[in-house]
Amino acid sequence: MAERSAAELGLYACRVCAMIARPTAASAGDSCPRCGAWLNRRAPHSIARTWALLCAAAILYVPANLLPVMETASLFGKQQDTIMSGVIYLWASGSWPLAALVFFASIVVPAGKLILLGLLAASVQWRAQWLPYERTRLYRLVEFVGRWSMLDIYVVTLLAGLVRLQSLATIKVGPGAVAFGAVVVMTMLASMAFDPRLIWDNLKDDRGHRPE
Amino acid sequence: MIPSHRLPPAVSPSPKLIACHDCDLLQREAPLPAAGAAICWRCGAVLYRSNPGSVERTLALTVAAAILLAISNVFPIVAIESQGQRNVSTLFGAVLSLWNDGLMPVAALVFMTTILIPAVELGMMIVLLASSRPPPRLLRLLLAIRPWAMVEIFMLGLLVSIQKLAHLATIIPGVALWSFGALMLVFAALTATFNVHELWHNMARQSVVSDG
Ligand SMILES: [Zn+2]
Ligand SMILES: [Zn+2]
Repeated sequence: MAERSAAELGLYACRVCAMIARPTAASAGDSCPRCGAWLNRRAPHSIARTWALLCAAAILYVPANLLPVMETASLFGKQQDTIMSGVIYLWASGSWPLAALVFFASIVVPAGKLILLGLLAASVQWRAQWLPYERTRLYRLVEFVGRWSMLDIYVVTLLAGLVRLQSLATIKVGPGAVAFGAVVVMTMLASMAFDPRLIWDNLKDDRGHRPE
Repeated sequence: MIPSHRLPPAVSPSPKLIACHDCDLLQREAPLPAAGAAICWRCGAVLYRSNPGSVERTLALTVAAAILLAISNVFPIVAIESQGQRNVSTLFGAVLSLWNDGLMPVAALVFMTTILIPAVELGMMIVLLASSRPPPRLLRLLLAIRPWAMVEIFMLGLLVSIQKLAHLATIIPGVALWSFGALMLVFAALTATFNVHELWHNMARQSVVSDG
């Protein structure tokens, strides 16, 4: 006896409250009887929206990494820091755990998100059959970790807000932070736009199963 | 972890059926033992959890979090001191100086994710948990804004920036530093106990959408 998805039985599954509903003939579209959310078999234009947001994020990723996120003016002159040089500074000052943390949150996570979400979107577009279980888990991982890239935005905001002493230094946030913040927001929106159920829709007879 | 039951072919929507949000597989809801979780048979997603008494516990934690959030925003986070000069900063002060430096997008992003959205989220949760007939639309809205409340990431950013500053100047921890730390813990606890599935259940189930 094969397992069935809600869509295969012609039913809507609400993405917000998980309620199952039967489509009506209403021309304006159906909304969930329990929570009022719009009902669709799948998120509309999920893959196109994911690609659009990913492309925007990928373009902004360049200025986010090249432009300074922080500008320090002190008695010893001016210094500009990019995200990477901020990590190197932490590393050189001996805070290895924090340097590793910032490196992971600001460099690995945004780049990894762009690559993995691109891979997921492409796999759905090409109707890939391989590893649906692993791809779904990958999606959940991307969605879970993505928010943590905001870390560096908070770091530069706090440094700029706290360090306003003529005798020491004045720190200002650089234009790179605007691009970096936009990358974080865009990649979060991209992972929300991606509908993981599409991974399973493409499977033919040989369905993926949870490995024991 | 209690795997949910495998489902016999379903022909009509019924309140006992739920579809997995990650792979759309229809499954029949089964009662869970206390502190159990139902996971999707096919893709491993957590479908729902059971934690008896979660409403009261979550409500208490939410009120505590709201108080901590208020304290965190009124009192200074840290004061830094260098050569007799002193600079005291609150989170809102840091956001404001960012705004005045012309970095409105970053200032807005930080304000929304660390002050506004957490405050709105807590307010909505108090209404949802305390009222006898919580409006479903409010829960829907809450679920939509939840990923954008980033108190725990902010706390980590705070630790990183203090570490960076520790080499430059004397740092005097303020009240808000401790209350932010406590807020992060309370937020993590209430996210763990908040049972969205149970709330949806408690909301009066209207009849499913009937055929045209
Ligand atoms: Zn719904
Ligand atoms: Zn599933």
